[in-house]
Amino acid sequence: MQTIQTQLLVLGGGPGGYAAAFLAADRGFQVTLVDASGKLGGTCLQVGCIPSKALLHVAKLIAEAKDAPHFGVTFGAPKIDLKGVRGHWQKVTETLTKSLAKLAEARKIRFISGRGKFLDAHTVVVDDSTQITFDNAIVATGSIPAMPQAFQIGSKRVMDSTGALALEEIPGSLLVIGGGYIGLEMGTVYASLGSKVTVVEGTDGLIPNADRDLVAPLHKRLEGLFSKILLKHKVSKIEEVGKDIRATLEDPSGKPIIENFHRVLVSVGRRPATRDLGIEKTGIVLDDKGFIPVNAQRRTSVQHIYAIGDSAGEPQLAHKASFEGKVAVEALSGEPVVYDVAAVPAVIFTDPEIAWCGLTETDAQKQGIEVKKLKMPWAGSGRALTKGRTEGLTKLLVDPKTERLLGVGICGVDAGEMIGEAMLALEMGATARDLALTMHAHPTLSETVMEAAEHMYGLSVHSAPAKRG
Amino acid sequence: MANEIKLPALKENVEVVEVNAIKVAVGDVVAKDQALLEVQADKAALEVPSPLSGKVVQILVKVGDQVKIGQPFIQIDGAGGSAAPAPKAEAKPAPAAAKAPAPSPVPSSAPPAPATHAPTPAPVAVTTPPAPQAAAPVVFNTHVVASPGTRRLAREMGIDLTRVAATGPGGRLTEDDLKNHVRAQASGGGSSGVPSAPPLPRFEELGPVERQPLSAIRRATARQMAIAWSQIPHVTLDDVSDITDLEAFRKSQDGKGPKLTVTAFALKALAIALREFPAFNSSLDLHNHHLVLKKFINIGVAVDTEAGLLVPVVRDVDKKSVRHLATDLTAIAERARAKKLDSSELTGGTFTLTNLGGIGSTGFTPIVNWPEVAILGLSRGRLEPVWKNGAFVPRLMVPLSLSFDHLVIDGAAAGRFTRRVADLLENPLSMLVDA
Repeated sequence: MQTIQTQLLVLGGGPGGYAAAFLAADRGFQVTLVDASGKLGGTCLQVGCIPSKALLHVAKLIAEAKDAPHFGVTFGAPKIDLKGVRGHWQKVTETLTKSLAKLAEARKIRFISGRGKFLDAHTVVVDDSTQITFDNAIVATGSIPAMPQAFQIGSKRVMDSTGALALEEIPGSLLVIGGGYIGLEMGTVYASLGSKVTVVEGTDGLIPNADRDLVAPLHKRLEGLFSKILLKHKVSKIEEVGKDIRATLEDPSGKPIIENFHRVLVSVGRRPATRDLGIEKTGIVLDDKGFIPVNAQRRTSVQHIYAIGDSAGEPQLAHKASFEGKVAVEALSGEPVVYDVAAVPAVIFTDPEIAWCGLTETDAQKQGIEVKKLKMPWAGSGRALTKGRTEGLTKLLVDPKTERLLGVGICGVDAGEMIGEAMLALEMGATARDLALTMHAHPTLSETVMEAAEHMYGLSVHSAPAKRG
Repeated sequence: MANEIKLPALKENVEVVEVNAIKVAVGDVVAKDQALLEVQADKAALEVPSPLSGKVVQILVKVGDQVKIGQPFIQIDGAGGSAAPAPKAEAKPAPAAAKAPAPSPVPSSAPPAPATHAPTPAPVAVTTPPAPQAAAPVVFNTHVVASPGTRRLAREMGIDLTRVAATGPGGRLTEDDLKNHVRAQASGGGSSGVPSAPPLPRFEELGPVERQPLSAIRRATARQMAIAWSQIPHVTLDDVSDITDLEAFRKSQDGKGPKLTVTAFALKALAIALREFPAFNSSLDLHNHHLVLKKFINIGVAVDTEAGLLVPVVRDVDKKSVRHLATDLTAIAERARAKKLDSSELTGGTFTLTNLGGIGSTGFTPIVNWPEVAILGLSRGRLEPVWKNGAFVPRLMVPLSLSFDHLVIDGAAAGRFTRRVADLLENPLSMLVDA
C-alpha cells in the first residue's frame, strides 16, 4: 500500500471541496484532494446544477420557439436529436472538468481518485490502496439522491436525478415524484422534449419552502406544460409491468388511482453522503439526519477536522459549500473568520424562475416578525412586456421600523440573475430607501427591485394609483 | 522525539499567565489531557492539559514565572516517538469554566468557541505535531447589521460589534462607527483599559529602586479599577448602624454550626434592601440607553488574600439563610486563599460587599465594581456612647460606607438604601419578617 503524508486532506472534489483545496494551496498548504468519481466538480458539475441547466437551456429554446407566433414568427415543430441534446451538457461538463483539473494541477494539488475512508482521526485509506496521514482535513463528501425503499424496485425506468440527466430516451409519459426544484426542473426538460409529465406532490403546493405568491405564476405556466400536477397526493407503490411502470397513487381522500408511466423520476430530496466514511473512527458523531455537526468556523468536534457543504448541513447548495470551504481554510490559517452570512440565495431554474433570499413571507408569519411587503408586479415592466413574459413578481420584505431590507423574492424569467442585487443589499444592511435611490438601467427587469422599494415611500413610476370613488 | 509544548490560549483577553504550580516532573509519563500546569489567568486559576501523551523531558518554566500564550513551557517525548501526530493542544479551563466555551460543535449562531488554530500555512516539517498558534479568540459578530467587509474588519481588530454603537440608516453599523469606537477606546484608555499616564520620572537617578513585575491578580485588579474609575462618577455616603443586639445574638449562636459572621448578616440585609431598591442591583447600558435590572442577587465579597484582592461571588443571596450564607462565605474564602477559584466563581456579581472591620478603619470610599452600580463597605464596629432614654449608653456602632454610580443613583436614594441596610442590622428580627 502506498503511504503519503499531507498537511491538508480534502475529501470530496465538489464546489465545496475544490474551492477549499484551491484556496488552501494558494495559501501555502500542501494539499491532497480525494474524490470517488475520479474527477473534480462533484455532483454540481458532473450530475447536478450544470448538466440540468444545460438541458433547461434547450427546454427554453423550445418554449420560446413555441411562443414565437405571438411575435410574428413561426418555427416548425422541433426535431430532437437526443444524442445532440445529451452532447450539449456533456460538452459543457467536460470543458469545465478539464479546466478544473488544470487549475488543480497548476496549484500542485495532489489528486487521488478513489473512495476515502477514515481509519482514525489522522489517517484515511483510499480504496485499500493508498494510506494518507494528514495534519488537517476538510470533509466535503456532499450528498446523494434520496431513494425511499418503496421505490427501489430494480428497474432502470425508475430514475433519480442522475438517471434523468442521462436522458436515455424521451419517454411517452413520465411520473415525477416530488414537486421540489429537482422534480420541476427535470420535469420541465422532459415535458419540453415531448414527454407527458405528471407531478405528484405530497403537500398542498409546489416548492413547499417558497412563498405562495412567488410559486403561483410558475404553477400556472406548468399547468400548461405538464399534463397533470397532483397536489396532496401520494405514491404508495410502483411496480414494473412490461415496458411500463404501474404506479399506485393516493388522492387526498386516500382513494387509490392506478396509472401506467413509461418512466418515473424520484426527486424527494438528497441525503448527506456521510454514512460509509468511517467518520466515527475520528470521534465525530453524526447528527440524526446524518450531517456532520460543525461550529461557526465549520470545525467539527475534532479540532483539526472541518466539514463543509451538503455533508455538513442544510441548505444543500453549491454556493453555500464553496463559501464554507473558504471559511474553513481561512479558519485553518488562523484567520478570525466565521460563517456569518446574512442570507443564502435560492434559485429554482424553471420557466419562469423563482429566486429568493433572506426572510420569506411564510417565515415572517410563522415567527411573528412584522414586515412591510412591497410588491412590484411585472405587468408594469417594459422589459417584461418586450419578452412577452409579464407574469413575474418582485417582492421585498422590509422592517417597518428601520426600513431595512429583510428578504427578497422574485418570480419571473431570469429571476436567478436578479437575486445577486438582493443579496448584496441584504449583506450591506441596505434600507428600502437605499434601493429606491439607486439608479437602475432602463429597460431592465432589475428596475422592478427599485420600483418595489419606492412603494415604501409612495407610488412607483409605473404603478397605477388606486381608483377613487 | 521530544515535542515542545506551547501555552495555548486559555481565556479571552489573557496574554500572560502566572505559573501557580507545576503538576508533573521530569521523567513522568503523562496521558493526553492530564494537567501539566496550574496557572493564574487574571483572577482565575486554570489547568493546562497535555495535548499528547508521552514522557516529560524538560520543564521550561518554574512556579511564579510569567508565561506568554504561545511560549514553549515543557518538552514531552510523544509516546515513545510514535508516528501518530498528536491533536492540537487545546485550552481546557478548570472545571466550571469548561462549561461555556466547549470545543464541541456549536450551531452557527452560537457564542464564540475557543480559538485554537491550526498550523500556519507556511510549510512545516510534516512529522512534527502542529503546535497551536497563539491567536486572540475569534469574535463572532453574528446578527449585527453591517456589511460583510465591516464584519470581517471588526473580527480582525478583535472588536465585538455588538458593543459598537451603530449610526447608519436602519441601524446599520458602518466602518466609521468601528473607527470611532476604536478612537474612543484609545482616548479612554490603552489596550489594557488603563488610561495612559505621562511618562514616569527616572526613579533610578534618585536612588536605588527595585522593580517587581505585577502579579496576574494585581494586573487584573488594576485593569478593573481603572475601568471603574473612568466609567463611574463615584459618590460615597456614610452612615452607622447599631449592631449591639445583632452581636448579642451572634455570640449566643457560637458553637452552633458554622460561625455566623457580621458579613453573613450584612449579605442577608443587602439582599432584602436590593430587592426593595432594584436600581442598586442594576447595570447601565449606555449604548442602548437602558438600565438593566437584574432579577437575581449575586453579591461579590472582597477577600484579602496573600496574592491580592479577590472578589468571589455568592450566588442567589436572597434565597439563602444566614447560616447557609455563612457556610458559603467560609468555603469561598478558603478557596480564594488557596487560589482555587475558577472564573465562574469570580464573575456574575450584581453588587459588592467589602468588610474591612476585621482589619480596622473608621470609614473609607470603596470603588464600585463596574458594571455594578454600588458597593457597600463596612468598617470596624466600636463601642460609642449613644444618647438613649435620657442617658448615654455604650452601643456597638459599625460604620457603613456606600459608594454608588451617580449616573444611575442619586444621593437621596443612596441615603434611604443605606439607612434601610443599617435598620435591618439594628433590628435583626426584621430580617426574618422581610426575608
